[in-house]
Amino acid sequence: MRPVYEKYFRDNIPHIWCAGCGNGIVMSAFARAIEKLGYDQDDVMVVSGIGCSSRMTTYIDFNTLHTAHGRALAFATGAKLSEPRLKMFVIMGDGDAAAIGGNHFIHSCRRNIDITAIIINNAIYGMTGGQYSPLTPTGKKATTAPYGNIDRAFDIVELSRGAGATYVARGDIYHAAQLTNQIVDAANHKGFSVLEVVSTCPISYGRYNKMPKPTDMMQYIKDNTVSVQKAATMTADELKDKIIIGEHFKIENVPEYTEEHNKLVAEVKKDYLEKLKGGAK
Amino acid sequence: MKTVIDTGCHAVALAARSAKVDVVAAYPITPQTSVVEEIATMVEDGTLDCRFLPVEGEHSAMAACAGASAAGARVFTATSSQGLLYMHEVLHMASGGRLPIVMANANRAVFAPWTIWADHNDSLAQRDTGWLQYYCASVQEVYNTVLQAFKVAEEIKLPVMVNFDGFILSHSMVPIRLPEQADIDAFLPEYEPTWRLDPQNPSSFGNVTMPPEYAEFRKTLARDILASIDLVKKAAENYKEYTGMWDGDVFEPYLIEDAEVVVLSMGSMASEVEISVDHLRKQGIKAGALRLRLYRPFPAEDLRKILPKNTTLITLDRNYSFGMEGGVLFNDCKAALYDKRNDVRVLNQTIGIGGLDLTWQAMAQAILALLEA
Repeated sequence: MRPVYEKYFRDNIPHIWCAGCGNGIVMSAFARAIEKLGYDQDDVMVVSGIGCSSRMTTYIDFNTLHTAHGRALAFATGAKLSEPRLKMFVIMGDGDAAAIGGNHFIHSCRRNIDITAIIINNAIYGMTGGQYSPLTPTGKKATTAPYGNIDRAFDIVELSRGAGATYVARGDIYHAAQLTNQIVDAANHKGFSVLEVVSTCPISYGRYNKMPKPTDMMQYIKDNTVSVQKAATMTADELKDKIIIGEHFKIENVPEYTEEHNKLVAEVKKDYLEKLKGGAK
Repeated sequence: MKTVIDTGCHAVALAARSAKVDVVAAYPITPQTSVVEEIATMVEDGTLDCRFLPVEGEHSAMAACAGASAAGARVFTATSSQGLLYMHEVLHMASGGRLPIVMANANRAVFAPWTIWADHNDSLAQRDTGWLQYYCASVQEVYNTVLQAFKVAEEIKLPVMVNFDGFILSHSMVPIRLPEQADIDAFLPEYEPTWRLDPQNPSSFGNVTMPPEYAEFRKTLARDILASIDLVKKAAENYKEYTGMWDGDVFEPYLIEDAEVVVLSMGSMASEVEISVDHLRKQGIKAGALRLRLYRPFPAEDLRKILPKNTTLITLDRNYSFGMEGGVLFNDCKAALYDKRNDVRVLNQTIGIGGLDLTWQAMAQAILALLEA
């Protein structure tokens, strides 16, 4: 029997992702989440940019848009403004979200537009051959940092908070069932929701960082994740190098961008029509 | 002279190292090639004394290159396809600012729809940015041309793009001959900028100008770009003196003296065209091949001189010039020949788009079909 989520896939599977890649887990969690949310496939739009994760829009059967590098959020903003009824999801990797598309990311947070941004963080530019990204931890190795990365990495949670996002959570591919629920929660939040998914790239990251097997990377995630609730009871020393998963913050009742835009348009139209009635030019 | 077996991308990195570049700024993620990855390794293992800046996008990469070049550094970068398109705005700044940056571009087709294979529309879309543009036919030529490009760029103070076909040249491993460093140093001495940003002697690049000054700057730029044709020829000859290697100057002709049909093309397909020409000759057609090595500035005068009398010129365009009949090469050749060489008939074939395979058989067939039409 075919699993229920397969009805959301197109018929071009098998996918191109390497064995041990986390993207497939995110894709199936996404399909399960849509099933839970009960959305009509035709009401859902998924936008991606460039990179391994962006390939997802080729495989899943919704309204999909595979766009230029870093621009997924810009395309999604345009689509959402013109069709606010669309349930808008954007799938990004390190590059789209934090490097070439970093500017679109912070401004999407600031506007609080009702989009769910899923950032699959594999800590590396996987597709191009393992160059370090703004999410590669300091000290880790990459093909462009064969002796270790001296850059400091972004913390997506803090970056989103600072930029004004109203919902931020972090999940991972080891806790796949939890990930499904996190996608549901992020989608149910009205406003800009950010869900960072800590993922794996055994080929371009693990092999350079003493985790050559997919299971090594899974084990790493399993061993190093702590929940938001547990983290609250731990000291800074204990939390060093730990990945804190769960809902980091949620702010309700912040005006949503497309609603504000439509309100403004309605008011201006009303004023204009009244002026016309009154004979003013 | 030493021989190594390596890819086109690594040949580019080796050439950048031979040129002793001071600054490389690049966006290392897709569509980047392994050029900058190799340069990053060279910088980190100490075999290249250079500042490597991994920036947040190609637009920033070219901006960083422009800044470094204005400060007087010898600057290099590499990109491909969408990356080159994203640089477009700053490409104008590099040429208008007279900044001798050299960039290698692995030619790949552009979005949409997505593809990753070779054609020439990425760089030909930068035709009017004021960059000089070379197109290479072999991995060895890619290496040689990066060095020649610095020579030309620094002499005329203009940026130069070295194009090589994605995958066909960028990722194929072949033997590459590396000249002695002493010969390269003699060919390409240390860069001495005429003007540079210097706190002791303040100057500025890219100010607001009034129309007469702006027009004057553009006029000078246009004049110097055309004049650089001679420098390209000189650099090729000069390079041959030091290294013994020759890839042609602005053209590379093949059996054209008595040719009644001349097939003009660019990039790696040109070597395949030579085989088609041999095949056509066996069938009694007096064919010849002409590879355009320097696309911008376009060597119009040289084209008019090199073509035999009453010939048919067939341009093989690996590009589209949307909204105009025929490809980019076809239209440039027509414009160069019109009124001055009316004995030449020009025909056109669009070929090899988005990585479509280019075999000598297919090209010979296309040429025959054009001649019979």
